[in-house]
Amino acid sequence: MKIGVVTFPGSLDDRDAARAVGLAGGDAVSLWHGDDDLKGVDAVVLPGGFSYGDYLRCGAIARFAPVMRTIVERAGQGLPVLGICNGFQILCEAHLLPGALTRNDHLHFVCRDQRLRMERVDTDWTNSFAVGEEIVIPLKNGEGGYVADDATLDRLEGDGLVVARYLDVNPNGSRRDIAGISNPSGTIVGLMPHPEHAVESLTGPSTDGLGFFSSTIRSLVGIGS
Amino acid sequence: MPRVVVDVMLKPEILDPQGRAVMGAFARLDVHGVADVRQGKRFEITLEGEPTDEVLAGLHRMAEELLSNPVIESYTLRVEDAQ
Repeated sequence: MKIGVVTFPGSLDDRDAARAVGLAGGDAVSLWHGDDDLKGVDAVVLPGGFSYGDYLRCGAIARFAPVMRTIVERAGQGLPVLGICNGFQILCEAHLLPGALTRNDHLHFVCRDQRLRMERVDTDWTNSFAVGEEIVIPLKNGEGGYVADDATLDRLEGDGLVVARYLDVNPNGSRRDIAGISNPSGTIVGLMPHPEHAVESLTGPSTDGLGFFSSTIRSLVGIGS
Repeated sequence: MPRVVVDVMLKPEILDPQGRAVMGAFARLDVHGVADVRQGKRFEITLEGEPTDEVLAGLHRMAEELLSNPVIESYTLRVEDAQ
């Protein structure tokens, strides 16, 4: 299974994401922001970092990169897309997911091992987990506060589109402790914490992150959701 | 040359921690009587020619799609008087 990882100017976690894909059993394919060709990949990861220096708003300029034009089009046709941190911000800016990510309510950059509760496990990116499963993966962001109007938040919760919530503390002021959301069909997932940094016991707080990448491979071979 | 100014502000219901931090500094610098501070962005766009309807339509599109995020921000656009 070929999973594309996009590199924008300022992406930081593209290599870790590609490595996570490999450890999960997939073939990582590097995609370039300036190239609108997806090289025949079966799914795409938008990695963390500071695309275009976070200028204007996080993800606001990346949204208009040539590669994103193709990704938005293909995502509309069901291509699985996972946006992590800056990738989540890009998905919101591109209106593939509702809401927006804003500056942490306490203004500080936060970097910690974060406990999460998995809530939606029938998506292309979370079907390796169980409902209510608690995982620990790193969180690192300055603008990770998830916001949306109450009607949107009610719809996300009512339709079961919240993928994961923060446990113990709300690290960035996200409304209703939301750490990740999905589109109704479960092909598109945005997540603020970083599963790609929790795939090996040597360097991560756990290997819980691997489940996101193995999930999409299970989906693609037809044993997932 | 004609100039168009776009001001982008967070919507009132969106928390503005930067503005709040600025307000905190006011108090520390002994400036009182301030009820709220909101921080926004100002874009000064210098035109090559006159601000025709077509040009302004394009800039409104940019203000809505690029310069602001309508989920959390609103914008105002105005043509500045020539100096």
